[in-house]
Amino acid sequence: MTTETPGRALTPSAGRAPSSWGLGDGQAIPWEYAPAPEARDIVRIKDRYGLFIGGREVPATGGETFLTVDPSTEEPLAAVAKAVPADVDRAIRSARRAQRRWASLAGKERAKYLFRIARILQERSREFAVLESMDTGKPIKESRDVDIPLVAAHFWYYAGWADKLEYAFPGRVARPLGVAGQIIPWNFPLLMLAWKIAPAIAAGNTVVLKPASTTPLTALLFADVCRQADLPPGVVNIVTGPGSIGAHLASHPRIDKVAFTGSTEVGRTIQRAVAGTDKALTLELGGKAANIVFEDAALDQAVEGIVNGIYFNQGEVCCAGSRLLVQESIADLLVAKLKDRLSTLRVGDPLDKNTDVGAINSKQQLERITELVQSGVDEGAELFQPACELPDRGWFFRPTMFTNVALSHRIAREEIFGPVLSVLTFRTPDEAVETANNTAYGLSAGIWTEKGSRILDMARRMKAGVVWANTFNKFDPTSPFGGYKESGFGREGGLHGLLAYVRLEDR
Amino acid sequence: MPSRARSAAPARAAASRAVARDAQADAAPAPRIEVRKTYKLYVGGQFPRSESGRSYLIRDADGAALANACRASRKDLRDAVRVARKAADGWADRTAMNRGQILYRVAELMEGRRDQFVAEVAAAEGCPTDRAASLVDRSIDRWVWYAGWADKIAQVLGSSNPVAAPYFDFTIPEPTGLIGIVAPETSSLLGLVSRLAPVLVGGNATVVLASETRPLPAITLTEVLATSDVPAGVVNVLTGLRRELVPVLASHGDVDGIDLWGAPDELVVEAELAAAETIKRVAHRRTTQREARFDWLDDRAAERPEWIATFLEMKTVWHPIGV
Repeated sequence: MTTETPGRALTPSAGRAPSSWGLGDGQAIPWEYAPAPEARDIVRIKDRYGLFIGGREVPATGGETFLTVDPSTEEPLAAVAKAVPADVDRAIRSARRAQRRWASLAGKERAKYLFRIARILQERSREFAVLESMDTGKPIKESRDVDIPLVAAHFWYYAGWADKLEYAFPGRVARPLGVAGQIIPWNFPLLMLAWKIAPAIAAGNTVVLKPASTTPLTALLFADVCRQADLPPGVVNIVTGPGSIGAHLASHPRIDKVAFTGSTEVGRTIQRAVAGTDKALTLELGGKAANIVFEDAALDQAVEGIVNGIYFNQGEVCCAGSRLLVQESIADLLVAKLKDRLSTLRVGDPLDKNTDVGAINSKQQLERITELVQSGVDEGAELFQPACELPDRGWFFRPTMFTNVALSHRIAREEIFGPVLSVLTFRTPDEAVETANNTAYGLSAGIWTEKGSRILDMARRMKAGVVWANTFNKFDPTSPFGGYKESGFGREGGLHGLLAYVRLEDR
Repeated sequence: MPSRARSAAPARAAASRAVARDAQADAAPAPRIEVRKTYKLYVGGQFPRSESGRSYLIRDADGAALANACRASRKDLRDAVRVARKAADGWADRTAMNRGQILYRVAELMEGRRDQFVAEVAAAEGCPTDRAASLVDRSIDRWVWYAGWADKIAQVLGSSNPVAAPYFDFTIPEPTGLIGIVAPETSSLLGLVSRLAPVLVGGNATVVLASETRPLPAITLTEVLATSDVPAGVVNVLTGLRRELVPVLASHGDVDGIDLWGAPDELVVEAELAAAETIKRVAHRRTTQREARFDWLDDRAAERPEWIATFLEMKTVWHPIGV
C-alpha cells in the first residue's frame, strides 16, 4: 500500500500517497461518515424476562429482577429474573428429569433437533445480531458477520455428531456425562452459549446454563428458539442472576460436569469448587497473547491482523493479541503504520454498520481498562490514542497503543480485556519465544513472517493452545480452541470439544 | 542375569538368615556375607540420599524389616521439580520414535533383571512368587505397549480441521510439561509403571512419589531407568511420607499437572484445592474407586490411551491458503 523502505519511519505529511492517510500523529479522520444505523425494531425486546426452566419461562423465586443495560446509551433494555439458589436447584432437577430420555433418544433424532436449532438461528440471525449488539455493545458488523453465523455453524457441526458418536473415539463407547452446569462470559454471549450447549446436548447431556449478568438477552431469546424447535422440555435450562448463582451451580452436588469460560481468577474458584468430586471440568480462562511480527512479514497484512487481533470486539476477547512483539528493525515503521491505521478506526454506535469499535460492556469494565491504561502511563510507557470523537453517552474507550513497554509493566502482564495494545520489541526468534511464553497464560499466539519453516518452528515453540500464523482471531466449529497453562484446560470445537462432554467406556 | 535371583535385595535378608543357620548346623565353611543395597532417591539421574538425612523403615507384609528408605524432605521435592523442569523441554523435543525406543529399552533392561524384580515385588507386596512374576511380566509388557504409542498418539488424537474458510488448520498434541505422579500405594511396580509410562511417552518430565509403604521396587526401577537412555531428570523418584510430600507437589507453581491416583483419600481434596491455584491438570481415581482394589493385571483397564491424553495439550494452528 505504501512505498516506504523498511527502517524509515512514516511521518505524517500532506504530500504522501493518497492510500496512506498520514494520520500517525493522532489527527481525526478529515471527512465525515454518514450514519448507517441498523434498524433496531427487528427485535422485540420484552420489558421483563423470566428464567427458562423445564421448557417454560418462569419468574425467579421471590420475583426479584435486575436490569440489563445498553452500554452504548446506558439505558436499561429489560428487567431480567434474578435467580436464587432454589431456582438453580429447580433447573437442575428439570435437567436431571429430562436427561435419561434425551440420552436414550436415537442419535438421529437428537441430531435433527440440533439441525432445527441451527436453521432457526440462521433464519432469525438479524434479530439475534441486533440484540447481541444492543446488549454487549459490540459492532453490528461483528455480531452480524462473525458471532451469529458461528453460532448457527456450531449447532450445525455438533448436530452431525449426535448420531455418529460410535465413530468418534476408537475402541470406546461415548456416553453422556449427565447434567452439565455451564457458566459463560459477557464478551460473546450467544457464541459462548453455542460452544457450551451444542456439544453437550449432541452427546446426550442436558444443561443448566448461566449467562453473564450484563448480557442475558440473547440467551433468553435462544430459549425461544428451543421452543420453536420443540426441543424436549428440560434439555436446555437457563438461569440468570449474579455471580453467586454461578458459584452455586458449579458446586451443586447434582451435576456431573462444569464448563466455565471467564477469568482465571474465577476459574480457580470453580476448580476449587469441584475439588474432591467426580465432576468433569473444562475451563477456558484468560489470556495475554503475543502477536509476533518478524521483519520479513507482509507488513500491511500484518497491520490488519494486529488491528483485528486487539480491537476486534473492543479487545474484550480472551485470546486478543494484546502484546505486539515486533522485530527491532521494523518497529518504527510498523508503529507508524499502526498509528495511521488506528486513526481511521471508527468508534461509536454499535448499531452503525460502519462502526469498528463499539461500547465497552460495562461501567466496571471501563473503569478497569482506564485504571490499567493509567498504570501504563505511570510506569513510563508511551501512550498513543487517535483523536476520534467519542459519543457523549455510553461507555467508550479510544483504541489505545503503548510503545516503550517493558515486560514488567502491568499492561504487558495483566489481561486488560479492552482495546489496548502493548508494543514490545525483540531482536532474535529466541528472544521472541522467551518473551511470548513469559506469562502464566497460554491461550493464543500470532506469528507474522513469510518464511514457512519459521512459522512451523515458532508455532511449535509457543506455549499456547491456538496459534494463528499470518492471521488472527479466526474461529470455526471444527477447530479446537482452548488454553495451555493458566488459560485453562479442555477444548471447545471439533472432535476435541465433543470429548469434553462424554465419558469413554470400554466396548 | 536370571541365574542371580538371590541378588534381589528384600528376599536376601531372610535367605541369608536361613543360610547362616544351615551353615552352623553343618559346620560348613563360613558363608559369604552378602552386600546389601542402600535404597536412595533418584533425582537428576543420580542417587542422592535425602538432604534431611532422614530415613524410614520399610517392612514386608508380615512386619519384618526389609530395608531403610530415604524419607525425602520438602526440599528434596523442590530440588526434584527444578531438575525435572530443566529436563522437560529436551524430552519433549525428542522425536516420537526416539521416545518410543527409549521406553522399549526400559522393558529390555527390566527383562534382564526380571528375577530381582520378582523377588522384590514378592517381598514388598507379600504375594506368592508366581503372582509377583506375573506382576513383573505385565510391568515389562506395559512399557512395550506404551512405547508403541509414542509415534501413533498424534495421529489418533490430532486432526486436520475442515474450517469453512480458506485456511489450513490442524491440531496436534503436545506434552503438558512437568507432571507430579503420586504412584499407587498398593501396586508397588505394576501400578507405578502403568501410571508413569503413559505420562512419559507423551513427552512429559515427571516427579514421582513412590508408594509410601512399598517403595523398594520403585527404586530398583530407577536403576533401570538410569541405564536405559531416559535422559537424566526426566523421571525423578522420591520415597517418603505422603502427608509431607503430596501437598508440596500439588501446590508447586512449576508443576503443570498432577496424578493423584495413589493419594490417600484424606489428602485428595486438599491436594486438588492446592492444584487449582495454578490451574493444574488433575487426574484422580473416581471417588468410588478403591485404590487397593484396582486390577492392574487387567490390560483393558490399565492400558488406556486416555491416560496418555490426560497430560497432553492440544495445539491448533491456522494459516491462510492462497494469500
